[in-house]
Amino acid sequence: MSDTHAETVAFVQDTTIPPAPPPAAETGIVKWLRENLFATPVNGLLTIAALYLIYLVLNVSLPWIFGGLWTTTSLAECREILQGKSAACFSVLTERWNQLLYGFKYPAEEYWRPNVAFVLLFVAAAPVLFFDLPRKLLIFTGLYPFIAYWLIWGGSALIPIVALLGILGGGLVYKQFVKTSFAAGFFGAIVTAFVIWIVAGMLIPENASENAMLPAVPSRDLGGFMLNMMLGVTCVSLSLPIGIALALGRQSDMPLIKWICVIFIEFIRGVPLITLLFVASVMLAYFFPPDSTVDLFLRVVIMITMFSSAYIAEVIRGGLAALPKGQYEGADSLGLDYAQAMQLIILPQALKISIPGIVNVAVGLFKDTTLVSVISMFDLVGMIRGPILASTEWNGVYWELLGFAALLFFVVCYGISQYSQWLERRLATDHR
Amino acid sequence: MKKSVFFGALTLAGLGAGVAAAGTLDDVKARGKLNCGVTTGLVGFAAPDANGKWEGFDVGVCRAVAAAVLGDATAVEFVPTTGKTRFTALASGEIDMLARNTTWTFSRDVDLKFTFVGVNYYDGQGFMVPKDLGVSSAKELDGATVCIQTGTTTELNLADFFRANNISYEPVPIETNAEAQQQYLAGACDVYTTDASGLAATRATFEDPAGHVLLPEIISKEPLGPLVRHGDNEWEDVVRWTLNALITAEELGVTSTNIADMGAAAGSNPEVNRLLGTEGNLGEMLGLPADWAKNAIMAGGNYGELFEKNIGESTSIGLARGLNAQWTDGGLIYSPPFR
Amino acid sequence: MTTITDPPKESFRLSQLIYDTRYRSLTFQAIAALVLALSIWYLGNNLIQNLRAAGLNISYDFLGDPAGYDINQRLIEYDSQSSHARAAVVGVLNTLLVAFLACITATIFGVLAGVLRLSNNWLVSKIMAIYVEIFRNIPVLIWIIIIFTIMTAVLPGPRAFRGDNATASMVLDSFAFTNRGIYVPKPIWTTGGILVVVTFLLSVIGVFAYRRYAANLLYATGKLLPTGWPSLAILIVPTLLVLYVPSNPLWLVLMAIVGLVLFLGALAVAFWAIGQALRAITSAAGDFVAVISVVLAFVAFVYFGGFSFLAFFWSLTGFGELVPLMQFESPALKGFNFSGGIKVGGPLIALWFALSIYTGAFIAENVRAGIQAVSKGQTEAASALGLRPGRVMNLVVLPQALRVIIPPLISQYLNITKNSSLAIAVGYADVTATLGGITLNQTGRAIECVLLLMLFYLTISLLISAFMNVYNSSIKLKER
Repeated sequence: MSDTHAETVAFVQDTTIPPAPPPAAETGIVKWLRENLFATPVNGLLTIAALYLIYLVLNVSLPWIFGGLWTTTSLAECREILQGKSAACFSVLTERWNQLLYGFKYPAEEYWRPNVAFVLLFVAAAPVLFFDLPRKLLIFTGLYPFIAYWLIWGGSALIPIVALLGILGGGLVYKQFVKTSFAAGFFGAIVTAFVIWIVAGMLIPENASENAMLPAVPSRDLGGFMLNMMLGVTCVSLSLPIGIALALGRQSDMPLIKWICVIFIEFIRGVPLITLLFVASVMLAYFFPPDSTVDLFLRVVIMITMFSSAYIAEVIRGGLAALPKGQYEGADSLGLDYAQAMQLIILPQALKISIPGIVNVAVGLFKDTTLVSVISMFDLVGMIRGPILASTEWNGVYWELLGFAALLFFVVCYGISQYSQWLERRLATDHR
Repeated sequence: MKKSVFFGALTLAGLGAGVAAAGTLDDVKARGKLNCGVTTGLVGFAAPDANGKWEGFDVGVCRAVAAAVLGDATAVEFVPTTGKTRFTALASGEIDMLARNTTWTFSRDVDLKFTFVGVNYYDGQGFMVPKDLGVSSAKELDGATVCIQTGTTTELNLADFFRANNISYEPVPIETNAEAQQQYLAGACDVYTTDASGLAATRATFEDPAGHVLLPEIISKEPLGPLVRHGDNEWEDVVRWTLNALITAEELGVTSTNIADMGAAAGSNPEVNRLLGTEGNLGEMLGLPADWAKNAIMAGGNYGELFEKNIGESTSIGLARGLNAQWTDGGLIYSPPFR
Repeated sequence: MTTITDPPKESFRLSQLIYDTRYRSLTFQAIAALVLALSIWYLGNNLIQNLRAAGLNISYDFLGDPAGYDINQRLIEYDSQSSHARAAVVGVLNTLLVAFLACITATIFGVLAGVLRLSNNWLVSKIMAIYVEIFRNIPVLIWIIIIFTIMTAVLPGPRAFRGDNATASMVLDSFAFTNRGIYVPKPIWTTGGILVVVTFLLSVIGVFAYRRYAANLLYATGKLLPTGWPSLAILIVPTLLVLYVPSNPLWLVLMAIVGLVLFLGALAVAFWAIGQALRAITSAAGDFVAVISVVLAFVAFVYFGGFSFLAFFWSLTGFGELVPLMQFESPALKGFNFSGGIKVGGPLIALWFALSIYTGAFIAENVRAGIQAVSKGQTEAASALGLRPGRVMNLVVLPQALRVIIPPLISQYLNITKNSSLAIAVGYADVTATLGGITLNQTGRAIECVLLLMLFYLTISLLISAFMNVYNSSIKLKER
């Protein structure tokens, strides 16, 4: 070891160098840009192409939206003001706002009723959607259908009250008898409910609806986005229990019941919703007793409920099949009978697995409610394609109206699907 | 909303079933409302205005019947129907009568089992083309693209016409008048064909009505009229004679302005007296109050007034009376006598 | 004598029907059967009474009557004098046509969007996410109407193509984009046309042979051949060559000579290769060269050698020329419309495009889920082996992802078929519009028409589900 080397070293670092900031290309926005947008030449080209696409879209749409007119009374007036410039004529939305939301026949002084029902819907849905809320709120959820029916249709409050009584009576009977046997409770409840309905139905005076607190609104007068919401909410909530029953029926070891369910599910899933709506609009009337008419809204609800319950049944069947066999065997070994096993062990787990699927079906169903416009019901799309576009003032305003419809549906459906993803994440942490 | 809708409707259906069964006239009286089927929207004939109030020539007939039966011209529930749903709606009893510019044809009368109670508008199928196309006759339309409203007789007439003249065309079937209009204006079809009255009504809503012409050819007979179900003669009579009352009123010079005076007491013209119920018991024969026809006429005026107000030359639709003038003026509108 | 006696015979009690599991299921089924029978009887009875009251009956005789209406989009011969049954068949074919087309394009859109959504490029993956969310959350009916409106309101009408100051013009003088549809040139069947078709078919075989050769070569020697652009070249170049071969006799002579040389050369190679292949049956090279040479020899013979000879001698006979080209008839503005060429109608395009872009968004989600279902370890292991990203995708990820992707993909196809019934919103003559629309309206036979309509859709979806079950069970076997 010679120290010559030491002498040749001109400089020795005797203090630590303060950590230098990373090179400019490795920090902050530059790094992010380089890694996420220009990682490779191909990637860079893609980025430029994408930017150009965004530019094209915004270049056309932004001036159109921000230059939009909100206060004219007809398309001709819009055109006059715009003088050939390209801009939206949103006045159709302000002018026909109520028609778009409530249809053209719902009495204007009663608009507060669907509004209240709409707000209450969130209150009623909250305890179902968010498990952290106090369970007592579920009582309101149970009452909500009757309140909403009364609010929207009006007329005598007796009808929803009697309906509620029937269900309560049925529930009581079920509670009483289910200890001895599920079957006894089940059939007992159904019989009780029907007895109450029929007896009380005869007691309701015929003119009960005439001077009711809330004037009756025939269901034919419902329309606009309200109709979509109502069909969506009603049919999804009705089809959930039916779907569970169908799914259990399909798994049943009783051949007759199994085959009834299989045929029903496969039949409904095999045909498009629109043919079922044709059935509702042109065929179903022949299957009701002669001289009685069941209004179109109810017929459509029946068909859409059948439709969605078949899909929900398949989702729940998937949930049932995903449960390990041990769960079934465990329930059996505890000596639980079928009803108890299902109620306490199988269904809570199976439903939990199926929630994302059920939400998917619900979103799909809500979107499909627009199909009722094909059978001359005036839902949001029906209003746009029918009375509004046909009117002299607004003949030719497509983009504003269709864009508005698309936006409404997007907000609702995207909201629901975000909720479903939140739920999925939450349930996933529960498992691990 | 859940079960209560179902249940509520079941009770209502049950109640309805209990009350019903007798006949349409009793049904309507018991219900206090007339269910009248109309189109989903054809300006001049039946269309809801900005406030959702139905207006138009066909609507006027519905209102007249409601006024005759119930004494209240507003006691009408208008049921919008498409070409597809209208006949089922009538056959299944969802509506009591259909006043939806429906053509009286053999097969609808005999095969579909409906009764046309009369004709309220003599129409024919015509063609509308943009003026700058330079077409002056339908026979020059070889190879044209034609918009038609599907589910109507026009579809069949069109096929027959082009086949008979041995020229070709391309049909574009459209569900509603509004969409047909959109297609036609965008130039997706060269020609729009439907009843001439409908064409005039549609043209009236255009930005530039003068830029479109109706071709002279009328390729079919389209007697449009209200219809009811087969087999309920009592109801059929009510609707038929309400329509006739409107026609007779015009013939006899009874209008909505002078009817109050003329109907107050029996006048010099016995037919007017019989019509307005100041003489005889025609109303009773129909099962209606004596002033049924008076109510019907007061609802919207006589036939001529309805025509002028909704589709006549002073309106934007601007249809001349033509075939629809009274028989005394050389038209086809003719009512049997009230006797 | 048995020591164990049978248990004492219990007398049957009524309560056993509910409490005894042996009888309970029978009780339930009996009740179900009773309820079912009662409701069928009730509905049937109502139907009969209603029909009697209306004076109607159920009969399918109307199917044989002349339909009386015209259909603008038809794959088989049809006019207004044809029967309702034939109109229904036209509708069925149209439904199948649009469903088939939409399935193909929806798959393309979906796979593209699904893969791009996982792209490293932040912007691209965000754009794809927006595409998926927007299209998934807005009803398909609204999309169909929007796209149809774009078709009719944005594209020019045929009138815009007319006159000296036309505002629109045809693309390449052979494609016309109008709001009534898109007109494209139509191939005309000439004597040369068959050659083009044969060439194209052979090219397809050639592509497969080449890929197989590349794979075999890779396994045998480890040498990697590019597959992408050569496949494309094999597919396109020969066909293009045939399409644009001029029909000048001098060219024909020249090509006859070239063809002969090529033909003989290729045949020689083929015989050599077959010999090679026979000697070492496992030799990858021999295998490929044999296949490709036979193909080449045939191709060369047919369109360089054989046809040129034929055409040359034919031209000597003085009967005019044998045209070796595929000819196209371009659409031209005539009267009100374009005529000639193939018309792809506006409603078809609107429905086709709307269905594919809507379903594409769903397929994109399936594809993404499928790719993400392949565990990251698989990708990492493949990278560790030194595979390039493209090969990781092709060889490791996709084969595993496909198993997850295909079952939901097939049910999306089913959805497309069912959603095609929305055709009536745009005036496309599918089966819902003919049988369930115009026929129903004109005859008033609502029950019969709707039943037939349901039967058709049911058959289609049962067929597709049957296929899906077969597929599912076939991939199940491979699972461990």
